[in-house]
Amino acid sequence: MASKYSNMTVKAFRRENGRVGVRNHVVILPVDDISNAACEAVANNVKGTLAIPHAYGRLQFGEDLDLHFRTMIGTGANPNVAAVVVIGIEPGWTKRIADGIRATGKPVAEFSIEQNGDFETIRRASWAAKDFVHMTSEYQREECSISELWVSTKCGESDTTTGLGSCPTVGNMYDKLLPEGITGFFGETSEITGAEHICKERAINAEVGERWYKMWKAYQDDVIFAHQTDDLSDSQPTKGNIEGGLTTIEEKALGNLEKIGRTSKFIDILEPAEAPKSGNGLYFMDSSSAAAECVTLMAAGGAVIHTFPTGQGNVVGNPIVPVIKITANPRTVRTMNEHVDVDVSGILRREMTIDEAGDALIEMITRTANGRNTAAEALGHREFSMTKLYRSA
Amino acid sequence: MSENPHLPNIPETPHLLVHEHADNVGVVVVEGLTAGTEMLVCVTHDNSTFRLTAGADVTIGHKIALKDLKDGDTAIKYGEDIGKIIADIEKGAHVHTHNCKTKRW
Repeated sequence: MASKYSNMTVKAFRRENGRVGVRNHVVILPVDDISNAACEAVANNVKGTLAIPHAYGRLQFGEDLDLHFRTMIGTGANPNVAAVVVIGIEPGWTKRIADGIRATGKPVAEFSIEQNGDFETIRRASWAAKDFVHMTSEYQREECSISELWVSTKCGESDTTTGLGSCPTVGNMYDKLLPEGITGFFGETSEITGAEHICKERAINAEVGERWYKMWKAYQDDVIFAHQTDDLSDSQPTKGNIEGGLTTIEEKALGNLEKIGRTSKFIDILEPAEAPKSGNGLYFMDSSSAAAECVTLMAAGGAVIHTFPTGQGNVVGNPIVPVIKITANPRTVRTMNEHVDVDVSGILRREMTIDEAGDALIEMITRTANGRNTAAEALGHREFSMTKLYRSA
Repeated sequence: MSENPHLPNIPETPHLLVHEHADNVGVVVVEGLTAGTEMLVCVTHDNSTFRLTAGADVTIGHKIALKDLKDGDTAIKYGEDIGKIIADIEKGAHVHTHNCKTKRW
């Protein structure tokens, strides 16, 4: 059924594989930690490129290595990225990541450092990066349906105002835009604890609900109960949550789940950094509740815009995905206004309805998709934090 | 947002918001709340209102008991169980980690 959201369009970049991106980055991507220096040198040589240094990529194995490759390939494959220069210490894993990104059809160049040294690698990679900048800077935005956006969410530095205002704002947005055909992501496995019985019921059917519950339970048993040294009351909720008035994980979880609205159902479950494969709709991604890790994983899964409700004022950003900050806390609006994109504190004063707040967020999503820089982008927040499952060999 | 045609007729800005009628705690949504304030409480479910006296200076975002609570009671918010009460709490008093705890860990 047509709604007032059905005909909304954004001006965005149509990629070779048909996906829609809202930024046009040329990324210089290190395969491993020891290639960071070469990548940063290339990004310094060639303006308009973006190096994404990180801490891992050596001597990982098994499921942890799979996640590393999935995160690297997913980041390069994200439609907000126009072209990628991949640099690794040796050619094997470098090629594996470059080929994975190449499957999208976007331009990729790969370089390895062994038997070349940093100087020669940087020289060659800089030429490739410069060619990519010339080519991609001529790409034009075109009119795309809002339904083609992949929009993720995760909240941070939550407090009691997130459950009252900013999380229901995101939920209202999903209730309005998921029926139009957008793809959504939510997650934060540890933070559903206390509301798992409610989350399970929000699956599209019992089979998906059971699979979700098994995933959540496995996290509880294999991570929390295997490693806990105390009762976790200082970690979940966090110190910032407690300062903001949240007392228990149950209270935090119930506020968190407000992000999926009243009517939205999730259609499938994703591994960390996994791209959706079941069509349009809402997905639960098994993910950390730490802000930068979670946004990084969802960006690698293909989200092009992230909506981030905050109470006490989390300042996180991402190198390739614009992060839209929403807060309902009037003290945060007053003290940290440079970080706020959407002020919904009117909800607490009962001057603004959730419906109006949802519309305000949708307007900010379209403006961001059209090119408006978010607060996190303007302030240079480019946190790229990979999730690591266990110790390297 | 200045017109707000959909909004309920609330006489003044509320001090305390409550999610559901079943809840026994509410959230302070104004800065600088002081003990003795005759708070306007709004239940967001239907925007109904009532008055409650604040029993303490309570920071924005923190919770206040809507009725007398006993050690062993369950704290209810969003109409759901959010933990156990671990000390007797008077109506109007601050509810937080000193008198309420998770049942999970």
